[in-house]
Amino acid sequence: MSGTAARQLSRKDLVSDQDVRWCPGCGDYAILAQVQKVLPELGVPREKFVFISGIGCSSRFPYYMNTYGFHGIHGRAPTIATGLKITRPELSVWVATGDGDALSIGGNHFLHTLRRNVDVNILLFNNRIYGLTKGQYSPTSEQGKITKSTPFGSIDYPIQPITVALGAEGSFVARTIDVEAKHLQDMIRRAYEHRGTSFIEVLQNCNIFNDGAFESLTDKETKADTQLVLEHGQPLIFGKNRDKGLRMRGHKLEVAPLGAGVSERDLLVHDETNDALAFLLSSMRQPEFPTPIGVFRAVQRSTYDDAINAQIHDAQARQGAGDLDALFGRGDTWEVR
Amino acid sequence: MATEESPAKRVEEREQVVIRFAGDSGDGMQLAGMHFTNETALVGNDLSTFPDYPAEIRAPAGTLAGVSGFQLHFSSREIFTAGDTPDVLIAMNPAALKVNVGDLRPNAILIVDKETFTEQNLKKAEYASNPLTDGSLDRLQVFPLEISKLTINALREMNLPTRTMMRSRNFFALGLVSWLFHRPIETTVQWIEQRFKKNPDIGEANVRVLKAGYNFGETTELFKTSYEVKPAPIAPGRYRNITGNTAVALGFIAAAQTAGRPLFLGTYPITPASDILHELAGYKQFNVYTFQAEDEIAGVGAALGAAFGGAVAITTTSGPGMCLKAETINLAVSVELPVVIVDVQRGGPSTGLPTKTEQGDLLMAIFGRNGESPVPVLAAATPADCFDTAFEAVRIAVKYMTPVIILTDGDLANGAEPWRVPKAAELPKIPVEFRTDPKGYFPYLRDPTTLSRPWAIPGTPELEHRIGGLEKEYLTGNVSYSPTNHEQMVRVRARKIAGIAREIPPTQVDGPDSGDLLVLGWGSTYGAIAAATHELREKKGKSVAQVHLRYLNPLPSDLGTILHRYKKVLVPEMNLGQLVRLVRAEYLIDAIGFNKIQGQPFKVAELISKISRVLEA
Repeated sequence: MSGTAARQLSRKDLVSDQDVRWCPGCGDYAILAQVQKVLPELGVPREKFVFISGIGCSSRFPYYMNTYGFHGIHGRAPTIATGLKITRPELSVWVATGDGDALSIGGNHFLHTLRRNVDVNILLFNNRIYGLTKGQYSPTSEQGKITKSTPFGSIDYPIQPITVALGAEGSFVARTIDVEAKHLQDMIRRAYEHRGTSFIEVLQNCNIFNDGAFESLTDKETKADTQLVLEHGQPLIFGKNRDKGLRMRGHKLEVAPLGAGVSERDLLVHDETNDALAFLLSSMRQPEFPTPIGVFRAVQRSTYDDAINAQIHDAQARQGAGDLDALFGRGDTWEVR
Repeated sequence: MATEESPAKRVEEREQVVIRFAGDSGDGMQLAGMHFTNETALVGNDLSTFPDYPAEIRAPAGTLAGVSGFQLHFSSREIFTAGDTPDVLIAMNPAALKVNVGDLRPNAILIVDKETFTEQNLKKAEYASNPLTDGSLDRLQVFPLEISKLTINALREMNLPTRTMMRSRNFFALGLVSWLFHRPIETTVQWIEQRFKKNPDIGEANVRVLKAGYNFGETTELFKTSYEVKPAPIAPGRYRNITGNTAVALGFIAAAQTAGRPLFLGTYPITPASDILHELAGYKQFNVYTFQAEDEIAGVGAALGAAFGGAVAITTTSGPGMCLKAETINLAVSVELPVVIVDVQRGGPSTGLPTKTEQGDLLMAIFGRNGESPVPVLAAATPADCFDTAFEAVRIAVKYMTPVIILTDGDLANGAEPWRVPKAAELPKIPVEFRTDPKGYFPYLRDPTTLSRPWAIPGTPELEHRIGGLEKEYLTGNVSYSPTNHEQMVRVRARKIAGIAREIPPTQVDGPDSGDLLVLGWGSTYGAIAAATHELREKKGKSVAQVHLRYLNPLPSDLGTILHRYKKVLVPEMNLGQLVRLVRAEYLIDAIGFNKIQGQPFKVAELISKISRVLEA
């Protein structure tokens, strides 16, 4: 990012003059607050931040950030972000999207942005419901869900955002939860620091149309047993008394109680560069397994924006800046007198 | 071959010639046609080409569906079209003959590879009997040659597989017609040597066969006459041949360089627009970004993102892609950012006729978006005109902060004509000024003359702002649901685009400035209409004029007055009548449509006949 000495920003500098219009109690407020808290700490001048969104509750995000912002059309934010980042690589480009926006109508762009590894940061607010259109099931809704459009229960099989992102070989894939302020901040910081597409699934509560969708993960009583916090190089341990861990049994994962012949040494150690482990972790479902939060995968590979700018730079270094007259007169020409 | 000296051959002077090369799509007839065109350009003739190729890359060999053709019209006078009826046809197999023979004028020259007229190939071409022997070609001068055998003879010492040798047949045909029409083959030889540098055997084989074809014409007694077409009187300058797609690409590079901004193309491959991508992809030294997106929507979406960042942003497509891009073009209308969209029209609806031409997208370009969504629409008239149209589209887009649609079509895209090479220093200016001053800044503060909003790009301190597809408050750009604000915004967006008419140059009338009939056209029909109206005026003394529109939205402000000066207005279009509908609605004139929807351009003769009927009615 730019090395120009920015005036030290504070949270207030990133708050726009627009009234926030999410429903009172919406999880989006928490996400907005953490983003506004972390960004000033990154040393980036405010004018270099750009937030781009699609359509949906989450996509109102840019209006509330006092940065450059672009509220686009449904599902297409990654395309706008790609064109901007390619031509203006010095900008810090963020995409705010939702489960419908990114995974239903925008699935194609989501996939290809991750595959190309364009250096943008995608925040996906997953509330497992359509909020703005007032309560239809979304592509992440569980089967059997009763909604306005599924009075007999949804028959759609849900998509797993993390698994899809890993399938597209996303170079940075993480999950966090709207109410886990500290963890959310860490993930935002990590996403910013990562070069390449950073993808964060934020589990977010819609208190109007899908209240409590992640209750077991956020409830103080249960969360120690349902959350598995991923930390690179650390054994995969969870539980109120840190008394359970994950280990391999054959080619499958299993939860093993610590003690009684099972020690930390028998457990899997998290490795953000291990693709097979990332896939296994992304496939874990409650109640058999805890839900992992943290960085599933973080690897370095070349970014699309770097590569395209390098080609342009090389062409200019090799051939000099383009000469229009030479271009026009290319190939066979003849003179008429 | 003659063993003694051939008797002196006759040289006949012709004013113009239409020649068509036809064969299987794998026979290399497009290549032969292209090189014949280059040779012709060097002679100094005016020329126009029309490639006609099947949608399938390789339909089964020898079938009617697999026939590919390339037509060239060249003349010692100014010409406007690729010609109606060929004087010469080179048919490399029975299918190529069958598909094309009906178009030939009486006594035309027909050169065929007679060895391909086997029972099996005749059957594939659905011939009940051999046309070379059944008398059905008697109205033509038929030259049945053993092209395959002559090709193999020329390569006898080279020890190449027969299959490889047979691939040089097109060069035999090219050599022969180069002799027949006094075209120099040196540039083709140079091209072959360059092209096959890494495969010198193939290169040498092609050169040998090319020369063998040329010498065959010279020495065989079959051809008693060769033809000469003198150079045409064209405006002085340096020329090159250019197709519409190449001209579009160069026009965009020129515009971006003139504006001092990077050029960003976001696109998805689609026939017949892909060549614009191919062309631009090679010019990175001009600060050209080409992004082959995952789909049409991502192509235009990325372009819009690049425009937000201050690039000269474009997207290229054909009809089906336009449908997909509509929502993003509408977003560009709403956020008022400059993006140029090229629609290389093809036969529709849906997938339609991908390799054939049509003008069916005019009303879609002007109206095909939800809400009141004004977009300037420009159309190119000839392949070379695509350069100026692309350049002008960028100029309008950045001056008025608006998307601009350019309509070309399959004919313009692949057709070629001589282009007078411009000088970079003489191009019009495209001033681009980004807003940097925070004092008094509002995202939708409008320039009092153009009504365009400031272009404030991310990275500019103190101008942070948000734009989007929701309705915006008149000045601040903040989201607004106010009823009167909405009407004000709808009206100001409409006024902004309508105001572009102020700078449209006065409409050029070719012919009398009032009279019996005005033929009004747009797009690739220019040449056919010009040829028809010239002929009716000059040879038949008719009071017929032509107006050809580049600006379709907004229309030129002097157009209504001009139309009213003629007793009748005829609007030929390759659609069911789209411009004619606009003209009738806009000017309350009883304009008459003339419509052809066959994936083929108008023939001059068709227009002459229609115009004559309208004049008599």
